[in-house]
Amino acid sequence: MLRSKRTSLSVALLLASSLSLGACSAGSAPGGQDGGAENSAITVALSGPPVNLDFTTTAGSAIPQALMDNVYQGLLRIDQEGKIQPLLADSWELSPDRMTYTFKLHPGVTFSNGEAFTAEDVKFSIDRVKSDAWKSSVKAKMNVVQEVVAVSDTEVKVVLKQPSNAWLFDMGSRIGAMFDPKGVDDLANTPVGTGPYTVSSWKPGESMEMSARTDYWGQAPKIKNATLRYFADATATTNALQSGDVDVVYNMQAPELLSSFEGKPEYQVIKGTSTGEIILSMNNRAAPFNDVRVRQAVMYAIDRKAVMDTAWNGLGTLIGGPVPPTDAYYEDLNGVFPFNPGKAKALLKEAGVENLDITFSVPTRPYATAVSEIVVSQLKDVGINAKIASTEFPAVWLDKVFTKHDYQMSVILAVESRDVLTIFNDPNYYIGFDNSTIKAEAAAADMADESGYVAGMKKVVRSIVDEAGANTLFLFPNIVVAKTGVAGIPANAVSEGLNLSAMSWK
Amino acid sequence: MVMRILTNLARFAASFMAATVLVFLFMRAIPGDPAQIALGVNATPELIAKTRAEFGTDQPLLTQYLDWVRGLPFGDFGTSYVTHRDISPLVADRVQVSLILVVLAMLAALIIAIPLGTLAAVRHRKASGAIISAVSQLGIAIPGFLAGILLVLVFALGLGWFPANGWTPPGQDFGQFLSRVTLPVLALAAVQGAILTRYVRSAVLEVMSEDYLRTARAKGLSPLAALLKHGLRNAAIPVLTVTSVQLAALIIGAVVIERVFVIPGLGSMLLDAVGNRDMLTVQSVVMVLVGITLVINLFVDVFYSVLDPRIRKSA
Repeated sequence: MLRSKRTSLSVALLLASSLSLGACSAGSAPGGQDGGAENSAITVALSGPPVNLDFTTTAGSAIPQALMDNVYQGLLRIDQEGKIQPLLADSWELSPDRMTYTFKLHPGVTFSNGEAFTAEDVKFSIDRVKSDAWKSSVKAKMNVVQEVVAVSDTEVKVVLKQPSNAWLFDMGSRIGAMFDPKGVDDLANTPVGTGPYTVSSWKPGESMEMSARTDYWGQAPKIKNATLRYFADATATTNALQSGDVDVVYNMQAPELLSSFEGKPEYQVIKGTSTGEIILSMNNRAAPFNDVRVRQAVMYAIDRKAVMDTAWNGLGTLIGGPVPPTDAYYEDLNGVFPFNPGKAKALLKEAGVENLDITFSVPTRPYATAVSEIVVSQLKDVGINAKIASTEFPAVWLDKVFTKHDYQMSVILAVESRDVLTIFNDPNYYIGFDNSTIKAEAAAADMADESGYVAGMKKVVRSIVDEAGANTLFLFPNIVVAKTGVAGIPANAVSEGLNLSAMSWK
Repeated sequence: MVMRILTNLARFAASFMAATVLVFLFMRAIPGDPAQIALGVNATPELIAKTRAEFGTDQPLLTQYLDWVRGLPFGDFGTSYVTHRDISPLVADRVQVSLILVVLAMLAALIIAIPLGTLAAVRHRKASGAIISAVSQLGIAIPGFLAGILLVLVFALGLGWFPANGWTPPGQDFGQFLSRVTLPVLALAAVQGAILTRYVRSAVLEVMSEDYLRTARAKGLSPLAALLKHGLRNAAIPVLTVTSVQLAALIIGAVVIERVFVIPGLGSMLLDAVGNRDMLTVQSVVMVLVGITLVINLFVDVFYSVLDPRIRKSA
């Protein structure tokens, strides 16, 4: 029996815990601006946080989305229509043999560490992509460069091994980002570029704050402080918008949530386009999809409009092939394989695989799970029984589907711009498309002049679609929901960076 | 007593070491290569091999394990493959957030549970007691994340009283901290409070049937007064046990709640790290969680012996 008069120890425990609470100090991120009351600050909600700030060693679209256009700039940039525009280079000339580009650099440009931007930096940056310092696989796009020569402080020549239309365009992506030799010591944490902003604070997985530079060479941005906040869940982003914690939800991942914003005067809904194709991929090298008839059957079996309507509320664009309309060589290929279950069944019969059982590896991404159910039901209608195998993205998907090619069917958002050759001009790529017919044509197109490039690539794309390399379900939309007062939001996600300096408050 | 603490410490160390082995092996057993994830699609095998060498993931398992474990006693968790930063300060940042959340939630849960549970026991034959029991049963049945979503719908989006998500450290803006922390704490505390209410009720009920309490009542004390004067201490032991067990459960529950409310705690760190196969970070976070749980158990055990001399003697 107890006789002591001490107070209940559970209460003591509580006191102890509340004391330890007082010992906890500050050190985390601010939640965001209060309703954007200040006219020079903005908070943008994004999905998929960058894991570090170094896109030279880390893949993915999250890092360039935050840093390109804002911190880093290239000699040229890709505009909202997908066209090449001057940026750090005021102009450029191409030699008659199409192998030497001479860039005239904009004078008076400085990096955020105060160093001047000169032709030597261009040479340093391009050479660096080709060196071991760059690890990200996009570095291969720089292989075509033979030599970079700094002619003067403001003039630089880039000599290619062979003419390449793709290279100039790619210089508008992350491989074209200009670095200062003194600013590459800690790229993962401290990026140094010529852009209008610097990263003033970064909390991994949480948020990134950008401050406008006072010594920026171009027009000063109206937004002086931009906060990028990262959300794992689409509902959380719209909740944050509704409760006033964020001003813009960019590249929203849940179109079914749009109804609570549409038609309300305090919000604007922007439906832009992107370079991301939702691709229903079939393993071209393994049964049953090593038979072109089976792949073509899948093309006929899928009602792509129904898929887009059901899975993504009809938002997006039906393109019928792996090329977005903002690309120079786009053409509408919806007519090549119109929805025709009868033809699909006939092709399957011809291939001798009626009542086919397949496994459908669906990555754990909102668009993929949304698309998978309707695809499965449409395949069932023609006699293909697809069993969904949920595949963790990116870890397991990269390991199983991408690296080991251990899959039959999958679905993935191919976000890179002008990625048709990456996907289909390499038989070792996970799709395993037989590129023997397009290889020479693609090479010739890249070396041709502008019109030859467009015509050649159109032909290449047509071959890919005819061969049913993969089924491009639809082009992913860029959905933006924002407070009505925000102007200048880039509607289209056709370049890598989200240009914050274009934005302002009305 | 000293013997007892020493035994406990030895048990603590053994459990901790066993946990390091388990979490280490588990992270190696699940598919996914951090080098491949870092480099992404189209990475050449040579690049991947080079990156593996940089990460040290090409080393034999034992080497990798020892490299990692060696730093643990000094709080050195190594450098993250993905953030390229030291893991320890990042974890330290996150652990504060999670602890604030968990401690406040447990506090709130006990504030709910002790009076309600006692009341339910004292009035166990009356309607009010039955109602408390029924409501607590309902509370147990609701998962924490659902409670969170409901709270957001009603109090953040519907009434606009609180922000829907986000986090402000108390040292930065205390008012904003309170407004941001209220809903997640309530979501966590609602479920815990319901569970604890039931335990408090049964503990108090048991104490009420003891002889000494009957004696106290025979001396003229009201049931509640007798309970407060003589019974609560005894009832505290089982409640304390459950509280410690539930504290561990609460830490796990916080992982989910942090996701719902976009709170930068250990939970969201863990989920992100698992997704990126940032093995060292996953291992470190798990070991911090294991450590916290073990420390709680250690304290509870010591508290027991202070609270109940019988336990002290038996050691």
